[in-house]
Amino acid sequence: MPLSPSELLDRAAAGVPAAIGRAISMLADRRPGYLELLALMYRRRFDAEIIGVTGSPGAGKSTLVDAMIQRLRAGDRRVGVVAVDPSSPFSGGALLGDRVRMQRHAADEGVFIRSLASRGVLGGLGPAAAQAARLLGLAGFSPVIIETVGVGQAEVEIMGVADLVLMVLVPGNGDEVQCLKAGVMEIGDVFVLNKADRDGADRLAAEIEMNLRLADPGFVPAKRIVRTIATEPKGIDTLLDLVDEMFADFKASGEAERRRRVKMKRQLRAHLRREIVERFYEYDKRHNVIEQAVDGLLKGEGDPVAFSRSIAARFSAWLGGLR
Amino acid sequence: MRKIRVLIAKPGLDGHDRGAKFVARALRDAGAEVIYTGIRQTPAAIAAAAVQEDVDFLGLSCLSGAHNRLFAEVVEELRKQGADDTVVFGGGVIPKKDWEGLRAAGISAIFGPGTPIDDIIAFIEEKSPEDAALKG
Repeated sequence: MPLSPSELLDRAAAGVPAAIGRAISMLADRRPGYLELLALMYRRRFDAEIIGVTGSPGAGKSTLVDAMIQRLRAGDRRVGVVAVDPSSPFSGGALLGDRVRMQRHAADEGVFIRSLASRGVLGGLGPAAAQAARLLGLAGFSPVIIETVGVGQAEVEIMGVADLVLMVLVPGNGDEVQCLKAGVMEIGDVFVLNKADRDGADRLAAEIEMNLRLADPGFVPAKRIVRTIATEPKGIDTLLDLVDEMFADFKASGEAERRRRVKMKRQLRAHLRREIVERFYEYDKRHNVIEQAVDGLLKGEGDPVAFSRSIAARFSAWLGGLR
Repeated sequence: MRKIRVLIAKPGLDGHDRGAKFVARALRDAGAEVIYTGIRQTPAAIAAAAVQEDVDFLGLSCLSGAHNRLFAEVVEELRKQGADDTVVFGGGVIPKKDWEGLRAAGISAIFGPGTPIDDIIAFIEEKSPEDAALKG
């Protein structure tokens, strides 16, 4: 499809699936023209709701998302899904296995599902996921659900992309202990206790409540915790009603605006980090500082921190000299 | 070089997917990003997935004997949905006498039971778009 970025975006925004698919690839692969595509995308008005779904592997996230799609479609919403799975650090390949649980929606033109591999991004969520979600929003899909693999801590990234985060926990998975780890409780807006028919559901719920109450003594459990059995499905209506209510509250209270700002800041910072690191690698290619430093370190000439600081200082000076 | 994306799909009612999963895993290990649709897919659903995932290759697995009709339908659906540049290959229980007909219908290669996985990998390397590769 030799379309210009502008033509491609027009078609994607008009809802043509092949154009949406190709545009996402252009962004994810950083193909020629992707910068122009990004520039055009961000000039357009964007008001889709982005819901993040995270939680440990095996929590039933994909099955949950599948059940959510079903219910959302019954309410005439057009749903986009970006499903992220890890790339193998060895082969560079990936088995993207989330779609298999949602495939019954494949022929429904009111649903668009795109699987993305993490491609070596630490924590799993790179810029491609946010960009894909943005594109789906421009194409008229709302909500856009971003599903990631998470073990809780690494998924702080989801807060940089989603407007509202569902943290999926499962009884008997050791998630009771996960609750205690820093970050997990702060990431979720709604805690979905999936596979709620399993032993330990009450204990997990109590654990979640206790942790939430520590942060906010006035919190209302029914507004933050939902029990589901995604396979039946059970609890999905309650979950989606709660999500709708939360979005409405965010709008009314100004929280939506605050989150938009936080998201934008996080995304900008992440991009900047990448830009700076890339410039450093260019510098290193020219001056071979890393190899030299390693030689010195292995000879016992110092410690890694001191070496890094010295390199950083030289890099800064080099950048200054470029102006 | 960008990554190669492959969709592995099972059209029709046959539920034997050991072979399909084996190929999916092997291609992942060779460096491709692989999506598996699961069993019991309609041609329309497979084509829709191929389009949404913007895959370079589509592997169809069928052990029920319905390959002639089903594979041709999938290729037709791909065309209808705007994905003519997807390279389609097939596998499963497909008698040699059907291979020519399938080629004519748009299936670029057939890999029967017992095919060394290296053959499939070589095929993918050969037919990849210029800007894509399994490794690097």
